[in-house]
Amino acid sequence: MMNYIFVFLILIAAVFSVFSGRADATANSLLSAGGEAVELCFTLMGAMCLWGGLMRVAEKAGITKALSKVFAPLLGRLMPSLKKNKKAEGFVLMNVASNLLGLGNAATPLGLEAMKSLKAESKLGDRATSDMMTFVVLNTASIQLIPSTLAVLRGSMGSVNPLDILPCVWISSVASVAVGLIICKMFGGNHHG
Amino acid sequence: MDNLGSYILLSVAVIILGAGFFRKVPVFDEFLEGAREGIKNSFSILPALVGLIVCVSMLRASGTLDALTGLIAPAASKAGIPKEIIPLALVRPISGSGALAAIKDVFARYGTDSFAGRAGSVLMGSTETTFYSIAVYFGSCGIKKTGITLIAALAADFTGLVVSSLVTSLYFY
Repeated sequence: MMNYIFVFLILIAAVFSVFSGRADATANSLLSAGGEAVELCFTLMGAMCLWGGLMRVAEKAGITKALSKVFAPLLGRLMPSLKKNKKAEGFVLMNVASNLLGLGNAATPLGLEAMKSLKAESKLGDRATSDMMTFVVLNTASIQLIPSTLAVLRGSMGSVNPLDILPCVWISSVASVAVGLIICKMFGGNHHG
Repeated sequence: MDNLGSYILLSVAVIILGAGFFRKVPVFDEFLEGAREGIKNSFSILPALVGLIVCVSMLRASGTLDALTGLIAPAASKAGIPKEIIPLALVRPISGSGALAAIKDVFARYGTDSFAGRAGSVLMGSTETTFYSIAVYFGSCGIKKTGITLIAALAADFTGLVVSSLVTSLYFY
């Protein structure tokens, strides 16, 4: 999909610039954008290192495990098949805990393992069970507690207090996850797997 | 309340390092290992960033972004969404690097602590790359009929968009 989007957007910009008489500015931005991307990458690198380091310590200290225990009852209610499918339960819980901590790179492989285990117990073939839908919606919504990359970008671009938005982020996250899950529960059928 | 974020951030660092220390984790070694991963990760997003920042800045410079924003602005303003974050809202479910490029553009033009900067930040922090996640999660295990998933996920994204602007204006202004 990115294939189409990338080509289509640049094509539109190029054609539009001719009609709006801004071909020069557009050509310049084509030249300068690469440097801008490198700058952004380096701005974020420090944060990604620091956060990666802290979160690895958190994982080794058992914090991810502890978090996953806290969320076990809630996830058991959201995805009833986890009671029978212990293997899937382990992966789902670790995936959710990793997402909460913002460990995207750890969360994805765990999530894919969880899907595999859910599919192994499913009788629906290539149709998603209700629990799979719930799980994927949980992963398409952001439940990260501290948006660290965003905070660093805000700080580097002049924000006085980059994390002053945190309460708003949490409220908005909870609202959006709740809507996604409610729709899954109402219209996602009753094949838990 | 203004310092809440700072307190939380400091507590998180103290709790993690403290827990690691008392559980006899070789804290500094593990920290270095994780930080090394961080370097790899930030380099791994660089190619996508180059491509998508080119996209966003060409769309911006050519006037396309303003024209598009103008089209959607009336509907957005009814929902209380600042028109400046429309481009961000459009790319957010599609591409993480694209969203990063779009929010950077909002920060550069209107400031991080403007209403648009804050509402955009909240949107960025409370939503995810929906299409990518759905494709990867279902694709990896061969599920083709995904039922209500996409609709539920997009409804969640839309809720995030409306609520992020609403809650930002209530909290800050």
